[in-house]
Amino acid sequence: MSIRFENLKSKTKPLFIPFIMAGDPSPEITIELALLLQEEGADVLELGIPYSDPLADGPVIQESAKRAKGMTIKKAMQLVKEMRKRGLEIPVLIFTYFNPFLQLGRETFFQLAEENDVDGLLIPDLPFEESESLRQRCMEEQISYISLVAPTTSPERLYQIAQESQGFLYCVSSLGVTGERKDFHPETKRLLREAKSFTDLPVALGFGISSRQQFVEVGKVCDGVIIGSSIIRKVHQLYTECPDSWDVAFRAYLSSLTKEEASVN
Amino acid sequence: MQTTYPDLKGRFGQFGGRYVPETLMFALEELEEAFNLAMEDEDFLEELDHELTHYSGRPTPLSYAENSTKRFGGARIYLKREDLNHTGAHKINNAIGQVLLAKRMGKSKVVAETGAGQHGVAVATACARYGLSCKVFMGEEDVERQSLNVFRMKLLGAEVISVQSGSKTLKDATNEAIRYWAGAVQDTFYCIGSVVGPHPYPYIVRNLQRIIGVETKQQHHTLEGKLPDRIVACVGGGSNAIGMFHPFLEDKVDLIGVEAGGHGIETGEHAASITTGSIGVLHGAMTFLNQDLNGQIIEPYSISAGLDYPGVGPEHAFLADSKRVIYKTITDDEAVEALIILSEEEGILPAIESAHALAQAFKEAAEMDQNQSIVVCLSGRGDKDVGTIMKVMEGSQ
Repeated sequence: MSIRFENLKSKTKPLFIPFIMAGDPSPEITIELALLLQEEGADVLELGIPYSDPLADGPVIQESAKRAKGMTIKKAMQLVKEMRKRGLEIPVLIFTYFNPFLQLGRETFFQLAEENDVDGLLIPDLPFEESESLRQRCMEEQISYISLVAPTTSPERLYQIAQESQGFLYCVSSLGVTGERKDFHPETKRLLREAKSFTDLPVALGFGISSRQQFVEVGKVCDGVIIGSSIIRKVHQLYTECPDSWDVAFRAYLSSLTKEEASVN
Repeated sequence: MQTTYPDLKGRFGQFGGRYVPETLMFALEELEEAFNLAMEDEDFLEELDHELTHYSGRPTPLSYAENSTKRFGGARIYLKREDLNHTGAHKINNAIGQVLLAKRMGKSKVVAETGAGQHGVAVATACARYGLSCKVFMGEEDVERQSLNVFRMKLLGAEVISVQSGSKTLKDATNEAIRYWAGAVQDTFYCIGSVVGPHPYPYIVRNLQRIIGVETKQQHHTLEGKLPDRIVACVGGGSNAIGMFHPFLEDKVDLIGVEAGGHGIETGEHAASITTGSIGVLHGAMTFLNQDLNGQIIEPYSISAGLDYPGVGPEHAFLADSKRVIYKTITDDEAVEALIILSEEEGILPAIESAHALAQAFKEAAEMDQNQSIVVCLSGRGDKDVGTIMKVMEGSQ
């Protein structure tokens, strides 16, 4: 595991784990957004790579990927180097579908990870059975390979995946694709409880979290909250309306989402 | 041995596998188990056989194409008449099998993707007959191009969902069907239309389509007293081709798959993923794909909506890699010409997909001896293509 992921153990829970798409709305704004998110309390950054056929993603992230067209894994990893130069200290993980990763090549990825201070890797369409040698290699390279579990994951399988997980364990709150939702799958609490009993790593919940109320509720039952679609939607909206001062309004939005004092409840 | 694949991990050599989000893993395991049990259940096999015989009209004939044979002056040309199936194509073999399986598994809802609408119509048909609800995802562009099939599906009681994402064609309809399935996986069966997708789909669809080759072998033996020398089939995802080829893999028979060459390979506008593609992962399987250097999928092109797919079934990738099957390409123009020849010579209007196989077979037959025979899988009838052909012919006048 990378040192930056090790440091998560001492952080206040729940961890705030935002997902953003590299290159949306632009590479420069991606860098600024990463820094802003750190300032506003992000503990880990998930940096998405646009893909033409994102099977696990809902419309918001699909549209974001379209806007970010032309961004590649390599270019995104080079953005991380720039983020680090400007003061980004939190762990960064690359979120990519398997095909772009396959075409880049494993060795190139690890080389780029070292050159650009990348800490983790998440491939949503590479299930446990297909990822064994890659997970092994990640361990050797001190890159955290993030595994996902879902409400449809059986307890036996959950145990296996949890035992092998690195960085944090990503629990999917709902069936279907990413995107904002009102309710989670009824099995979610069971999933989180079991996951926590199977691993000492932080257990984070993602898919569908978009409101302050959800953030608080989820934060009570797990160690981390992953938010993607609603951040991407908000940045896109604010940046489109006001490219010069989107960040001010976005900070306010983030506070209302993740910070106790700004709670609307 | 070519016929022992896929292995336990769903692989055909390095191809195939199961590259899907975790949410779907249990459903694929459940499906694999249910299919294997069904294939050992006499009652299920009897029901499937009964339906294929008395509902779809199997066995389909193997017709001798006498006039075409004379015209090309070489090998005797035979046509495996999948166009005579109920709903007009081989797609129904798979749809009946999978929908009966869905029913056996206690699923009440079926979801499917479709390109031109042939698979969608087949699934809607089977769902109507066996009493399941049916949702078909179809790219917005295809909905516009194939309005007749959209209406057919609706008549059959299916809900057709126009897909707005991505490039709005078959690839995106497949993405959207899989996304929908991931959200409804507990009570919904995903009926995939070709030998593509994650394991066990390529295996299931191949086994349900094998009947094409099994019948052909027997029929050809009755007519000619031997195995055919060569067999030709068109390949988009590749379900009619694998169904035809698979029973012959261990035999001394030349097998030729034909990909859509579109406007010509050199133009870049084609759907020839084996001929020009590279190895990658799409829709849950490792196979040959049309993609750029960064792994983004390139939209294919073909006059034939049924061949207009950026990947190919993983077993075809394997058979191409091991050189057991040779893959060629046929352009739009060559396919249209073959369609017209068959219509004029034999009184059979083939689907534009099947016409790709015909065009290649005509070339091959002309160079073969008169005592040899060549079988073409005539995967579907061409009524659906009349509008397209009309436009082409008007354009060339």
